[in-house]
Amino acid sequence: MENVGTESSSRVAHRPRVLRIKRIVEETPTIKSFYVNCPEVASVAHPGQFVMVWVIGTDEIPMSISGAGKDGELRITVERVGDATERLHALKVGDQIGIRGPYGNWFDLSGEKLLMVGGGDGVAPLAFGAEVASSQGKEITAILGAKTSSELLFRSRMEELSTVLKLTTEDGSAGVKGLATDLLEETLRERKFDSLLACGPEPMLKKVFDIAKPYRVPVQISLERMMKCAIGLCGSCCVGPYRVCTDGPIFMGEQLERVSEEFGVFKRDKCGRKVQVAATRS
Amino acid sequence: MGSDLETAVGRLRLRNPTILAAGILGLTGPSLLRVWNAGAGAVVSKSVSREPSEGYPGPTVVQTPSGLLNAMGLPNPGVEDILGEFREAKKGGATVIASVFGGDGEEFASVAREVEKAKVDAVELNLSCPHLETLSIIGHDPDLVGGVVERTKEEVKIPVWAKLPGNTHIQNLVEVAKAAEAAGADALTVSNTYPAMAIDLETGKTILGHGGGGLSGPAIKPISVRLVYEVYEAVRIPVIGSGGVVTSEDAVEYLMAGASAVQIGTGIMERGLGVFEEVCSGIRSFMKERGFGKISEIIGLSH
Repeated sequence: MENVGTESSSRVAHRPRVLRIKRIVEETPTIKSFYVNCPEVASVAHPGQFVMVWVIGTDEIPMSISGAGKDGELRITVERVGDATERLHALKVGDQIGIRGPYGNWFDLSGEKLLMVGGGDGVAPLAFGAEVASSQGKEITAILGAKTSSELLFRSRMEELSTVLKLTTEDGSAGVKGLATDLLEETLRERKFDSLLACGPEPMLKKVFDIAKPYRVPVQISLERMMKCAIGLCGSCCVGPYRVCTDGPIFMGEQLERVSEEFGVFKRDKCGRKVQVAATRS
Repeated sequence: MGSDLETAVGRLRLRNPTILAAGILGLTGPSLLRVWNAGAGAVVSKSVSREPSEGYPGPTVVQTPSGLLNAMGLPNPGVEDILGEFREAKKGGATVIASVFGGDGEEFASVAREVEKAKVDAVELNLSCPHLETLSIIGHDPDLVGGVVERTKEEVKIPVWAKLPGNTHIQNLVEVAKAAEAAGADALTVSNTYPAMAIDLETGKTILGHGGGGLSGPAIKPISVRLVYEVYEAVRIPVIGSGGVVTSEDAVEYLMAGASAVQIGTGIMERGLGVFEEVCSGIRSFMKERGFGKISEIIGLSH
């Protein structure tokens, strides 16, 4: 049996279920998808939500859900960026990881015409959103950005799911040379959207927010912060008055307006110290 | 918020007896303010030390059937960086208690001196941290606790609360409480979490990244009520109850055991930030039904 939730783990929500990795897909040179059977999470997960992934012996890290099947299969898609993700990337099929969740709010997929803007591994929750939205017959326009062609995440999947797909790469090896946000203004001018969903590096998100403002399209942005408990207690993921783990990770434009001194400006490190949001990319 | 719920911890007046417990959401000014605006009578910050600390690797929390285990490892940005957060919370009108810790009396005292500059209303000493020299917990040793309290009192004018570890060795707990009182502590918070652990059956490994952790939530409430009761008998300074308060009944139980106020932490996981108003309105109804006019009429009623 792949899924080995213990009796005590089924009695409480916030305890990792230790599962064996069922499948691993190398999506790009730096991004892998991991599949586990986790019907308890998969059956209730919405696009935009995340799980806490216990990389046993190393750390526990938040990962957005990139897919959840009716068969109970759960997918997370992970970019190699630090100790825990490095360790996760070294795991093989059959190795164990712990999963607790799902946590946080999710994208509102109402409306008929959706615009999605994703940079780097930020495409992960959007692809899940695109799958759900497209199954409901929604019209999806997507702009995906990456450093280079081979790093464009879920390119073929998004090609299938979108009516219009625009690609950008920083080196020009695929699509338009530049950043995803370079194509946003013209896309917003071309047609009217019911909602704009974005996930990616924070400088990109800030630009999306700024560019979209005059177009009065409802904006939903997925934020990332240092996350430890995921249950709204420890306070490490706060942005202004909000806890990203429980009030987010998806924030509406009006909420981001309220934290304009912080959004796109600084994050907090493991100690809680302010650190500048990294230099612009994607 | 009516004045009927007003209470006092020594010379510090609180608009109501619900206090945000240390370690919960107390890292930033805006989050302290949010809890204050949600109705808390005061907010205690995350514990702060002289130097920044990252805390332990995850998992940092794991739920049990009637509580929560945590091993955060006292992450904090260091006292210098957190002063701005305290000032912001004070500017917003909150009653702010700064939780501080250190490896010895000197560090406790120097951190307390720094936080006083941010005009916080009181300082709470987190005595559950390990002692630099002995590897034991400071809060188990009456002499060490007395020394830490005394050094801190020399440095600050604001009230000094001593938060005792979750300690079921009641004789030792009472000795520590008396030592803190003798050294000049203005109040005692009883208590911190209790040592605990959870093991994953699939891997045989401890779930918390640190191995051991502290248990909070409904599981510990009857234990901490007992400790509050015993400490109240032993000292004259005010006691603040902490451990498993989720409902107004829990809070009233602590008040009757002798607490002048209660702290709430894990209750936020169960009820959200509305827990402060819920508990307050429940206490108010209880007082009305039973004909109590003031919180002080309930405090220590069971003795």
